[in-house]
Amino acid sequence: MTAMIEAAGVRKRYGKTTALDGLDLVAQAGQVVAVLGPNGSGKTTFVRAVATLLRLDDGTLKVAGYDVRRQPGRVRGVIGLAGQFAAVEPAMTGRENLELVARLFGLDRRTAKASADTVLGQLGLVEAADRLARTYSGGMRRKLDLGASLVGSPQLLLLDEPTTGLDPRARIELWDAIRKLVAAGTDVLLTTQYLDEADHLADQLVIIDHGRTVAAGSPAELKQRIGANVIEVHVRRSDQLAQVEQALGRLGQDEVQVDLPTRRVSVRVTSSGQALMNAMGSIQATGVEIEDIALRQPNLDEVFLALTGQPAAEDQSPTPAAHAA
Amino acid sequence: MTAIAATPDRRPPALLTSWLLVTRRALLRFVRTPQLIVLYTIQMSLFFLIYRYLFGGAIRGVGIPFVDYLVPGFITTGVLFTGIGTSVEMAQDLDQGFIDRLRSLPIPRSSVLAGRAIADTAILTWSLGVTTAIAFAVGFQLHGTALEGLAAFGLVVAFGFVFEWLFVTLGMFAGNGQAAQGMGMIVFPFAFISSAYVPVSTMPGWLQVFAKHQPLTPMVDAVRSLTLGSDAHRLLGHPTSYFLIRAALWSAGILAVCVPLAIAKYRRG
Repeated sequence: MTAMIEAAGVRKRYGKTTALDGLDLVAQAGQVVAVLGPNGSGKTTFVRAVATLLRLDDGTLKVAGYDVRRQPGRVRGVIGLAGQFAAVEPAMTGRENLELVARLFGLDRRTAKASADTVLGQLGLVEAADRLARTYSGGMRRKLDLGASLVGSPQLLLLDEPTTGLDPRARIELWDAIRKLVAAGTDVLLTTQYLDEADHLADQLVIIDHGRTVAAGSPAELKQRIGANVIEVHVRRSDQLAQVEQALGRLGQDEVQVDLPTRRVSVRVTSSGQALMNAMGSIQATGVEIEDIALRQPNLDEVFLALTGQPAAEDQSPTPAAHAA
Repeated sequence: MTAIAATPDRRPPALLTSWLLVTRRALLRFVRTPQLIVLYTIQMSLFFLIYRYLFGGAIRGVGIPFVDYLVPGFITTGVLFTGIGTSVEMAQDLDQGFIDRLRSLPIPRSSVLAGRAIADTAILTWSLGVTTAIAFAVGFQLHGTALEGLAAFGLVVAFGFVFEWLFVTLGMFAGNGQAAQGMGMIVFPFAFISSAYVPVSTMPGWLQVFAKHQPLTPMVDAVRSLTLGSDAHRLLGHPTSYFLIRAALWSAGILAVCVPLAIAKYRRG
């Protein structure tokens, strides 16, 4: 079986900034692969490389078996791209936008019309189909953009941060739309800095940082690889956080995390059951009243922290790499 | 899921089809944006009327009524001022990801650029037509035949198409709309230091050097020559063919530089 995407040692520099620093990635056909990383980690650069939009400095990159450098035309016939901007024409209706892209994809007039109709239905845009796109809400524009990426029935959809900037409801609607596509047999490569998004949508996660692959595997595998559970304590008053932090500090295998706004203290532990008992004991000794205590699997935030030593989606000050990220 | 999903039978669109599709999009954008229609309908005519009535009274000694001298020059240089809009649109398309979408599609490399150049030449022709009609209404007269007049108009449109490629190229390199607008300032010396508004012989010597050796002067004179009929040779010092050949050479030069440059930039991203 040919892998849908096969990247080996992929490198790309912009001046002094190294956007991709020998990235390796394999995406098997029939999967949704999420590339996860903070701003400036190289996610967008990688998607642009897969979409034949930039020239690689080094390494090999194959899409559906076609070499991105030597057979870019073939690759373009296989992919559909939805970037970070909703790249739709505001002065055309939703339907016209889709038909334009479908025809540029090589479909004849009639097939393009039919395909646009199907996509409008899939994305719940039938009612808005004949309105100019400039009258659409942000969420609808994103959906239309997603529609444009799939109206040519590509084998591989490339979605670069598909839900960035959307409100929670629009985000969930877009997730639903993506899930339906996946069920219909389209392969997806998406980038995100939202861990829950990756967790919701992806079969495979590739965590990248500074243009390099840090870890890859299914969400469950990655959580397992961290080899730990998390004790999380929810306290009643924020002035009690310090006491609980101290109490938990003795049992964790690494630093205690304190989240002030939600009044939660958490720590990764190894021998889960015993650790939980100990935690309860030492909290009781402090006399602090707690709302809740729980033993749970680490979330992807904690996975990222454990793998890279820094929190995911950290809001860094804009660096030259940020644009090319 | 199957390993490689079955895809409908398709091949990349033909060159002409993709050109037309991209052209159509740019034209729809124009006709459905009232601000653009107003801008491209009245802007050029407004400036024409200012030149005609504000400066026209003070300029003498061009050998023919000033309005007859001005119109061919104004219309020809109008191509430059209108073209700045092309750079801005191109840069915005690039900045807002629209070009990336098109670049990721299996279409000929020239489509996006050619489509823009064709569409904007059409829009330019509309602007030129309106201004020409107004020019006739305020006293402009052809000294030659109507056919020569039509040829003159056709020539301006042809120069317009040539310059659209220059503006497409500038837009590709500008980065964003504002920068493109700024780069558009490059047209001012070419438009003004030419034979468009006043005879080159009235300029100081060092300015004449530039005015005589830049593309606009032979283009303006070629167009003007076609509107002057039998007086052309006497008034302009050379037959029409003299200007036409020079204008054609400049046009070929501009295309030879800009088309490959724009396509290379489009490929590289």
